[in-house]
Amino acid sequence: MPQTLQITAAHPDPALLSLPWDIPLEDWPNEVLAALPRGISRHVVRFVKLSGQVLAVKEIGETVAFNEYELLRQLSKTDVPSVEPVGVITGRKDKNGERLEAVLITKHLQFSLPYRSLYSQTLQPDTESRLIDALAVLMVRLHLIGFYWGDVSLSNTLFRRDAETFAAWLVDAETGQLLPRLSDGQRNYDIDLARTNIIGELMDLQAGEMIDEDVDVIAIGDALKQRYNELWSALHDKEEFDADEPWLVAQHIEYLNSLGFDVDELEMTTDIDGTTVMIQPKIVDAGHHARRLMHLTGLDVQENQARRLLNDLEHYRAITDRQKDEIEFVAHDWLAQVFEPTVQAVPRELRKKLEPAQLFHEILDHRWFLSEQQRRDVPMSEVVDSYIHTVLRNRPDEMSILGLAPEDADLQE
Amino acid sequence: MATVTYDHASRIYPGTERPAVDQLNLHIEDGEFLVLVGPSGCGKSTSLRMLAGLEDVNQGRILIGDRDVTDVQPKDRDIAMVFQNYALYPHMTVADNMGFALKIAGVNKAEIRQRVEEAAKILDLTEYLDRKPKALSGGQRQRVAMGRAIVRQPQVFLMDEPLSNLDAKLRVQTRTQIASLQRRLGVTTVYVTHDQTEALTMGDRIAVLKDGVLQQVGTPREMYDTPANVFVAGFIGSPAMNLGTFTVNNGVAEIGDSRLPITRDAISSLSEADGGKITIGFRPESLDLVSASDPAALAVQVNIVEELGSDAYVYGSLKTSEGDQDVIVRVNPRTAPEKGEFIHVAIKPGAEHVFAPSSGARIASI
Repeated sequence: MPQTLQITAAHPDPALLSLPWDIPLEDWPNEVLAALPRGISRHVVRFVKLSGQVLAVKEIGETVAFNEYELLRQLSKTDVPSVEPVGVITGRKDKNGERLEAVLITKHLQFSLPYRSLYSQTLQPDTESRLIDALAVLMVRLHLIGFYWGDVSLSNTLFRRDAETFAAWLVDAETGQLLPRLSDGQRNYDIDLARTNIIGELMDLQAGEMIDEDVDVIAIGDALKQRYNELWSALHDKEEFDADEPWLVAQHIEYLNSLGFDVDELEMTTDIDGTTVMIQPKIVDAGHHARRLMHLTGLDVQENQARRLLNDLEHYRAITDRQKDEIEFVAHDWLAQVFEPTVQAVPRELRKKLEPAQLFHEILDHRWFLSEQQRRDVPMSEVVDSYIHTVLRNRPDEMSILGLAPEDADLQE
Repeated sequence: MATVTYDHASRIYPGTERPAVDQLNLHIEDGEFLVLVGPSGCGKSTSLRMLAGLEDVNQGRILIGDRDVTDVQPKDRDIAMVFQNYALYPHMTVADNMGFALKIAGVNKAEIRQRVEEAAKILDLTEYLDRKPKALSGGQRQRVAMGRAIVRQPQVFLMDEPLSNLDAKLRVQTRTQIASLQRRLGVTTVYVTHDQTEALTMGDRIAVLKDGVLQQVGTPREMYDTPANVFVAGFIGSPAMNLGTFTVNNGVAEIGDSRLPITRDAISSLSEADGGKITIGFRPESLDLVSASDPAALAVQVNIVEELGSDAYVYGSLKTSEGDQDVIVRVNPRTAPEKGEFIHVAIKPGAEHVFAPSSGARIASI
């Protein structure tokens, strides 16, 4: 029976029609699949390659599909990291005319790392806490714009390397709601749910012997709550200063900047006799360093990568003795003389291993390491060469870590 | 276990005039299965979230048992949102999947095992307890998710459209399971759905909301037989009740060429605002096929016949002085009319519902 498909998308790609929509997702032939997802999902999800990009396809009830599509669209208009929705397909029928579930299609986030694939690599000892920090920042950012997630978990998050830390991206918004403002009840519940889910997921990794039995997974869950609360308080609490120490106000704003947030609106009040000044941030906006780097260089990178790049820009400004020049001009030269040549010195076939900004960050680390070892200022060209041969070549390609190859379907958990 | 009471509870979103939930008064008995139902935006999910502690209560209060929980944090309310989290962990046994939240809460191992075993017995999962979720069918996985809520032994279960994520077959199957499980456990349950069939088949009582205002609360039978107003009449029942507003002249309503006598009592319940009109409702199964000469006969032109095996429904047009009106008639599928034909139907005596057009409120009898 012919099916009449409806594609709802902002920019529908006709190539989408070439996929076998009349077959349940679970039975799609290997030749159309890029990979099978690894890990926990309550729906059938498949990765496909189409028009040179990787897409994630999820079978899901029609109402929920449209709801999630709309939410992801709204989120993508904000600067909160979330996957980009492609569209919803409804009206699917199989060859016998039986109705098939609707699908939601999203773009695969390049260079993203599902937490399960992080645990199948050899991990640095503090990976858990870096993931938790990233998730806490993401939750604060979501709550700041009024997004109630309703099902926070490591499985519903993707991680990208962000200098020495990770940045977390929202992948699954099925249970989400965008509200004018969240109540404390909603925020606390979201955090409690996150804590329970994370501990559950880590207990599962323990049961699967992917993390050590001795790791205190409950403490990791508690750490999320603590990190979140610290950050939320820093961004919302009232601070008091003596009126004769006005510079402390600027210092507090700098502190919030150092946490990665800009203060767009600040309320300042004094007590009756004017001896105490109280300030309270009213509107804060994440991405302080990322925005500044974007403004100076046009580079669109994650917050901590931006922080690192901005530090290197300052370093460049100092060694070229241009403190008196406009920072915009120095940034232009730094981009042309330092950042771009360094990234371009990495052979094209190795650039799939890491994002350019992450490559640059690691090369800076390597420069420090070499200079320490050799007790001299090692020039960038030498550093890049050494980094490529001793570090990068041995790294896995992280551009599209998806999951299991289709032929390994029987290994599916 | 406990009762739940909404006492003049309102939720007003900042910057809006009209409350999302307006002065809700509702008392749910201990062990009762109450379904909140209504169209999108009616306030049903907001009402549930107020009980869960996820929405502030701006006026009034909410009690669980005798305890005022209006300002209590969600986690301290002793409630469980069922199906909030039903991703199963592949490396953990079914028992661990059900009991892990208790482990996090620091409950001792023996107690966890006991509660999990009790829950598994009710859920028919005992033989799977030490196996991995991979071995389970879709329906069994759903039951493990329910098990997670059951082992916590909360006072109240909350479910917000829990079936919206499932495909049609699993939805019907899970609907029955949830309803029968709830009766066995006897835990007070508040369930939100937009689907009136789900409401009718699952709830001990149903509360219908519209625009943040409670319209009626009652058993499925009461809601179906004596809807309190035009909205409930049209919302409950599928296919929907036929509803039309007709002129009353000298004690009779003029429906097309037919005349339906209206009692003096009913007419006296109408006010000036009703402008000499009355709203009459009749369900598709409350119509008999009659001959054209019957004085009560309504002439209906057949547009479509929907065959459902045991029943057939005629979707037709009733000619009235106010123009054509859509009418649905249940007929015997073996003698169903053809498209384009005219059939004549009469409302079964006493099976009509009458409402005041201005307020929409039910009028006792005609």
